[in-house]
Amino acid sequence: MRLMPAPQALADAPNLPKPRVITTEPRLSDKVFRAVVTAGGLSSLVILGLIAVFLAYQGFEILVTEGLDFFTSSKWEVITDEYGDVVSYEFGLAAMLVGTMLCALVAVFVAIPVSVASALFLSFYVRGKLKAILIGSVDLMAAFPSILFGFWGFFVLMPRAEYWAMLINKYLGWIPLFAVDERVFTRSPFLAGLVLAVMIIPITTSVAREVFDQTPLDRVQAAYALGATKWAMIKAVALPYGRGGVVGGAMLGLGRAMGETVAVYTVLNIVYDINWQILFGAGGNIASLILLKFGEARPLEVQALMAAGLALFLLTLLVNFIADFIVKKSGKKGR
Amino acid sequence: MSIETDNPLPSKEKKITPQPQTPWKTSGTERASSLIFILAAAAASYMTVALTPMKGILPLTLLFFIFAALFSFIRGNRSRGIVAGQDSAAGVVMAIGMFVALLPIASILYTTVSKGLPGLHRGLLFNDMSAATPTDPITEGGLSHAIVGTFVMVMISLAIALPLGLLTAIYITEIRGRFTRPIRFLVQAMSGVPSIVAGLFILSAFVYPITKTFSGLMGSLALSILMIPTIARTAEEVLRLIPEDLREAGLALGGTQWRTVAMVVVPAARSGLVTAVILGIARVAGETAPILLLTGGGDQININPVEGAMGSLPFYIWKSFFFGSEEAVARGWAGLLVLLTLVLILFATARFFSTRKVR
Repeated sequence: MRLMPAPQALADAPNLPKPRVITTEPRLSDKVFRAVVTAGGLSSLVILGLIAVFLAYQGFEILVTEGLDFFTSSKWEVITDEYGDVVSYEFGLAAMLVGTMLCALVAVFVAIPVSVASALFLSFYVRGKLKAILIGSVDLMAAFPSILFGFWGFFVLMPRAEYWAMLINKYLGWIPLFAVDERVFTRSPFLAGLVLAVMIIPITTSVAREVFDQTPLDRVQAAYALGATKWAMIKAVALPYGRGGVVGGAMLGLGRAMGETVAVYTVLNIVYDINWQILFGAGGNIASLILLKFGEARPLEVQALMAAGLALFLLTLLVNFIADFIVKKSGKKGR
Repeated sequence: MSIETDNPLPSKEKKITPQPQTPWKTSGTERASSLIFILAAAAASYMTVALTPMKGILPLTLLFFIFAALFSFIRGNRSRGIVAGQDSAAGVVMAIGMFVALLPIASILYTTVSKGLPGLHRGLLFNDMSAATPTDPITEGGLSHAIVGTFVMVMISLAIALPLGLLTAIYITEIRGRFTRPIRFLVQAMSGVPSIVAGLFILSAFVYPITKTFSGLMGSLALSILMIPTIARTAEEVLRLIPEDLREAGLALGGTQWRTVAMVVVPAARSGLVTAVILGIARVAGETAPILLLTGGGDQININPVEGAMGSLPFYIWKSFFFGSEEAVARGWAGLLVLLTLVLILFATARFFSTRKVR
């Protein structure tokens, strides 16, 4: 009894520590930490916002004066008098928009079958060391700079692809898709699409492979237990499960292909006319147009290029948004 | 006992103990028949090319693929019916897909090495192009200015992109606030920003209103925009792998979140973060479009990022190929080989760090 002081004495004792206040309030250091990290985390939002704002600000004048013509006309010219003053100008992006979509679509349609086949091969047909090596090679290709693809496409692929385009036109020319008015096959959207396909195959392959690798093992084994062959299992389990991932990966590749500059610039013949014939040697590409025109552009034309950049930016943002949406939704379906 | 008496086998054969069987393994005969089947497909495609007007390597390859798929279908069909036939043909088709996907990488590596090697010489790494014209023999001049410029620009952009990328990753994995999902999407969207748009943005936000001149710093700013998403996404993946136990242990010891992240989580992930940095560098080292717009591309060594044109490997390669003379093209290939080697080294280093265990 003597050892325990009375409650009154405890409260009166001078040197006893006060009971700790228990609170969920973070300390100052944590508050600062959270604020700094949140600010840093929002940097992507800020940068994306600034890109849109500045490009819109610079291109505003052109967008207003050209109006809807900026997207529907395909003339791109500035006429100056002998003193270098601008007499008239007309900026239209239609041919470039069509060309950009055309090249990117060719790329995606070439890349999808190859990517799906190789992703299935990597997921279900090889294992161990060989799988690691193959995945490493595909990832390595994704790290190649685009200038490498550009000049490889120009020096190695172009002479061959021209011949392939000729063959396709000769034997499949009756299909409207492969028809051409004039037999000019160099530097066509088809060739640019092939180079882009080579560029995006690693991306689409690795996205598809990651989704296929996540195929629920119980479903795979259930299929095998029911006597399915590997191919039957892939048809019944892996493909339905991974469909969303494949489509999302393809959209991601589409976004990459639309924004690529250097690899397209080196192999595409830029013409200011809308051309839907993929084998014909004339095409358009917004990014390449910017690079082509920038060197000699006067302030007015630079503004038009800024507006073109804004259009490209919003287009790729939209495609990426759809891709993200599809990839997120996938993985829940499948039998 | 009764079991033995029920056994109809003669007692002589009782001594044979059953050997463990591995029926799933490919036997020697199966392997031999696979080899024969591949040879048959090769022979059939060669014969077709030799006997018909189709000539060249392209029809040969195509026919080989077709025959390989066809023969494997017939083979499976004969042994175990139509389902097995489809199965083995599908396997061949997958392998063909893999082959087609890897063909360009082999071609790119082969072309760059074979065309770039003749352009290599000792002075390449020590001289710049200030005293040499593009038509001079390849032994004149070099690309030291380009290497120095690329190094300076990549380092500056790393200094900008690393903090921002790391903070983004930490926000997603540690703070997990209400912006987590939007930020993940925005990082994804940012990785899809075309490089030329990044260049145009710097042009409109910095070059025209403020500096009015091209410089290395402007190039680095554009590169950092491209680098942030790569670093953020790789770092996020690495930080996700850190066991929750470590965070809880740090907090249970009385550490604040700041100290837990700074002293426990980030050090535990350091080898993975090195990977993130290297992949970020590899992403921008060969980036060409913004460099062409923003840096001016000088011919002599310039280590001042805020003044004067700065050369860089992509600019050097671009300029050489578009000059078009025989010597210039050789220079371009040599430059591509150097760039490729740089990317390969970076990639191998990143692999080395990422395969080490997270401690």
